Amino acid sequence: MKASNTIASSQLEQIAGRANVHPAPHECAKYAVDGMVPAAIVRPETAEQAAEIVRYAGTERLSLIPCGALTKLGVGMPASRYDIAMDLTRLNSVVHYDPDDLTLSVEAGMGLAKLGQILAKKNQFLPLMPPFFENCTVGGTIASGADSLLRPGYGTPRDFLIGAEFINGSGALNKSGGRVVKNVSGYDLHKLLIGSLGTLAVITRLNFRTFPLPEAKRGFLAAFDNEQEAVSLRQKIIASPLTPVVLEICSPEATRILFGTETPIASLLAGERSWHLFAGFEGTPEVCDRYARELQRLAQESGAHDALVLREAQYTGLAERMREAVPLLSRNSPQAVLFRFSGLPAETTTLLRALRSFVASSWIPSVQIVRGSSELCLALLPKGQEESLFKQVAYFWKSVESLRGKLDFRASILSCPSEWKTELRVWGADGPDLALMRRVKSSFDPHNLFAPGRFVGGI
Amino acid sequence: MVEAAKKELVRELLALVGADGVLSQPEDLAMYEYDGSVEKARPDVVVFPLSTQHVSSIVRLALKHDVPIVGRGAGTGLSGGALARGGGIVIVFARMNKILEIDLENQRARVQPGVVNLDLTRAVESAGLYFAPDPSSQKACTIGGNVSENAGGPHTLAYGVTTNHITGLELVFPDGEIVRIGGKVSGAAGYDLCGLFVGSEGTLALVTEITARLSRKPEAVKTLLAIFETVDDATETVAEMTARAITPAACEMMDGLTLCAVEDYVHAGFPRDSAAVLLIEVEGLAEAVQAQAKAVEQICKKHDAREVRTAKDEKERELLWKGRKNAFGALGRLAPSNYVLDGVIPRSKLPKALQHISEIGKKYGFSIGNIFHAGDGNLHPLVLYDPRDREQFEGAMQASEEIIRYCVEIGGALTGEHGVGMEKSELMPLLFSDEDFALMRRIHDAFNPVGLLNPGKVFPLGKGCGETRIRPHEINAGAAT
Repeated sequence: MKASNTIASSQLEQIAGRANVHPAPHECAKYAVDGMVPAAIVRPETAEQAAEIVRYAGTERLSLIPCGALTKLGVGMPASRYDIAMDLTRLNSVVHYDPDDLTLSVEAGMGLAKLGQILAKKNQFLPLMPPFFENCTVGGTIASGADSLLRPGYGTPRDFLIGAEFINGSGALNKSGGRVVKNVSGYDLHKLLIGSLGTLAVITRLNFRTFPLPEAKRGFLAAFDNEQEAVSLRQKIIASPLTPVVLEICSPEATRILFGTETPIASLLAGERSWHLFAGFEGTPEVCDRYARELQRLAQESGAHDALVLREAQYTGLAERMREAVPLLSRNSPQAVLFRFSGLPAETTTLLRALRSFVASSWIPSVQIVRGSSELCLALLPKGQEESLFKQVAYFWKSVESLRGKLDFRASILSCPSEWKTELRVWGADGPDLALMRRVKSSFDPHNLFAPGRFVGGI
Repeated sequence: MVEAAKKELVRELLALVGADGVLSQPEDLAMYEYDGSVEKARPDVVVFPLSTQHVSSIVRLALKHDVPIVGRGAGTGLSGGALARGGGIVIVFARMNKILEIDLENQRARVQPGVVNLDLTRAVESAGLYFAPDPSSQKACTIGGNVSENAGGPHTLAYGVTTNHITGLELVFPDGEIVRIGGKVSGAAGYDLCGLFVGSEGTLALVTEITARLSRKPEAVKTLLAIFETVDDATETVAEMTARAITPAACEMMDGLTLCAVEDYVHAGFPRDSAAVLLIEVEGLAEAVQAQAKAVEQICKKHDAREVRTAKDEKERELLWKGRKNAFGALGRLAPSNYVLDGVIPRSKLPKALQHISEIGKKYGFSIGNIFHAGDGNLHPLVLYDPRDREQFEGAMQASEEIIRYCVEIGGALTGEHGVGMEKSELMPLLFSDEDFALMRRIHDAFNPVGLLNPGKVFPLGKGCGETRIRPHEINAGAAT
C-alpha cells in the first residue's frame, strides 16, 4: 500500500487536473469510510479519465473506492485498504434520453432528484425512491443496492436497468446490455453491479427504462391493535387483484419516530399504540377510486380500527417520510443499529414476533418496518452509552442466527457503529455461493483494487 | 471422438444411468443434431440423467474423457444453443421433469429443468397463479431451456423476461460441484448470481433445479385485433403507443404475408386482405383495462386502422393467440424452409426498420414475413427460402445478417430473446469491444475454465473459424421433397 500523499496526488493531477485532486486531510476526511481516510480524492470529468486513474491505481496497487454523494458510505464492512476516493459527481450528464422509446442513459454522478426533474418535463420518471433521495446519485443508488419505497409496484433496478458502462479493475472501459428494453446479447454483467458496493467496477453510465408519471396517485392508511392484523391485511392485498406501488407496515414505535406528534401527518395517525399499514396506489381516477373502496373493505375484514384514504398531497408527504426511514431512524440514536431482513411473505408475522421477543429481552428500544411483501427493517435505538450495549446487540444478532432452519430468511446489518462491524460481521453468515462470488470478483477486479474488504465474505 | 474412447464413455454412461438413458447409434443421434435454428451439429452421445447427482457424475466423466458437454431441454431453441458444436455429450433433461414444490402462499415453485413451461402454469392456474415467461413454444419448451437462454415471449412486454421470474438455481459446474444460489427468498446481500447465470446459455454451469416466481393472474383481460391497410400504419401505431407510454401486456404484429398462412391454419378470423394486424392485450384491474383499451383503440384509429375488433370471449381470445403462437409453423406452408431472425431496435424506429427489412428482402429476392413483439421492438423477420438451392441458402444467410447488422446500427441489439448461441457468435463484435470480450471471457473461464461446457457459443470463434453454418448438401440429404 502506498501511503505517500504526494506520489498519489501528482500522478492523479496529471490525469484529472490539479483542481480536481484533493490531498488535504480535511477534504479527505469527508470521504472517510468507517473512520479510514483516503490519501487523496480525485474527481474525473470523463469515463476515460476515470479509466486512466484506475490503471494508475493498478500499477501502484492503490486501492480505490468509487463515491457519489457520500450518503451510503456507512454500508458494509470497513475497507481493508483505502488510498483514493474517486468522486464521480462530475460525471453527471444525461447521455441519451429518448422519451419516445422510454429509455435513458445517464452518467453515474447524476443526482437522482435532478434526474427526476429532467424526466418530469416529459411526464416520465425513474421508479427509484431510496433514502437520501434529495442528495444521492444514480450510480450510488445502484451500487449500494439501496431499497426503494416503490419496490412493490415497480420492482428493483434489476427489472429496469437495461445496460451499463463501467471500468473494471484492469482499467478497461466495458459495457453490458444496451439501450433497448429487451436484450440477451452476452452475459448480463450490469446486473452484477447492482448492490456490489463498488467492489466490481467503477460505474460510469447506467441505462434504464423510464416510466410514465401516473395520472393520479393516492394513499391509504389503516391502523391495527397488533402486527398480526396488519400483516393479514397485507396478505389479503397481495392475494387480491390490487397491486399497490407502496406497501409498508410500521410498528407503533416506528410511527412515533418517523412522524412525531406535531407534524401534519401525525394528525392522520391513529394513536401511539397502533400498528399502521400504509399503501400507495396510482392510475386513472377510476382506478384510484377502486383501490380506495377495496382497501377499506379489506382493512375492515382484517380488524383495522381506523382506515383512511389519503389525498395526493398527504400521500406524497407520508411517502417521502417513509422513504427516508433509514436515515431518520439512524439519527434517532448515536449508536443506532439497523438490520435488514428478507424473508417469505407467509412467515412475516412469525419472524416479526421472534425478533420482537429477542429485542424485549435486551431492553434496547426497537422499531420495525415491514417493507413490501418480503423485507423487514429493524432498528435498535439505544438511548444511553452503557458498556453492555455491544454485548446486547451481539446477543440479538446471535439470536437471529438461532432462527435459521426454522424460518427462511436472509439478514444483514445496514448500519451500526464502525467499531462494532468487524465483530458483528454485518453481512451475516457466509452463504454456499460465496466461492462463486469470489470468482466473479477476481474476474472483474483481479488486483483487488476496488473497495477491498467491504463486501460479503470479506470481498 | 476416437471410437475406442467413445465406447468406453458410453459404457460408463450406461453403468451410471441405465440402458434407457443413453443413445449412441447414428440414427438416434441424428435426432439431436438440430434445434429450431438453421444450425446443425451431431453429438457423440446423448444421455438422459434422472437426478442432479447423475448430472454431476456425467460432468466428471466428460472431464475425465476431455469431451464437451451441452445441456438440452426440448430442442426448441432458435440459436443453436443446445447443439454440440464440438461434438461430445448432450445431456437431455427430459427425464428430470418434476415439479418439486409448489408454494402458493409465497408464490414460488421449485422445478427440475425438464419441466415444460406451460405445465408449470397448468399446475398452479387453479390458484389464480401462472409462470409469466411465455415463449411461442411454451407447450414444448422447458424451463431449463428458458433459463439458459433467458427466453421471452409476447407478455414479457409488461412482465419481463425469464430472468425477472427466477429467484434461485441449483448449478452443476464442470468439476462436478453442485452449488445452490438464491432460493425462495430474493433480495439477499451479495452479487446477483442468478442474474449472471440466467441467460448464460449453458456456458458457465448446467442448471439442475430452478426456483421460479409465480405471478398472479390479472382480474381482467381484453384482447384487441387492429387491422391495417399498410405496414407503416401498424408500426406508427406502436411507436405512438410507446411514445404515449401506454404499455399493454402484449403488443404483437403480423404482416399480410403471415396472416394468410396463419388464417389457413387456425381459422381465427384474421383478415386475408390486410397489410398488417396488431394483436394487443391489455390486462389488470377492470377499470384500468377499460381505460387502456379505449386509449389503444383511439391510437389505432388515428393511424387509419380499418377495424379494431375485441375478442368477444375466451374462446376467440385463445384462437387469436393460437394463430400468433403457431405463426412460424404456419409459414412453413409457404416455402420449403424459413429462417427466423431475432433482433431488437428502439421502438421509435419501427416504421423505418420494417421498410428497410422489406428493401433487404427485395434486394436478395426473398419474401420476408414479419411476426414479432412490436411493443418492445423485438423483431422476428422470417426469411423464406429453399435450402436445397445453395445460392438461395447463402443469399438467405446474407440477407439475414444484413438485417441484424441494421438493427445494431440503429441502436438496437443482436438478440432479444433467442440468445447468441452459435448463430450470432460471429456478430458479437458488432456490439462488444475486445475489452468487453476479455471481461466476459474471464467470467467464462472463472466457471468453465477448460471450456468443457457448451464450447463455441456466445463468443466469436475468431477469423477464419466462423463458417459453421450447415452446408446445403447436408440439408439436402435429409430434406423432404
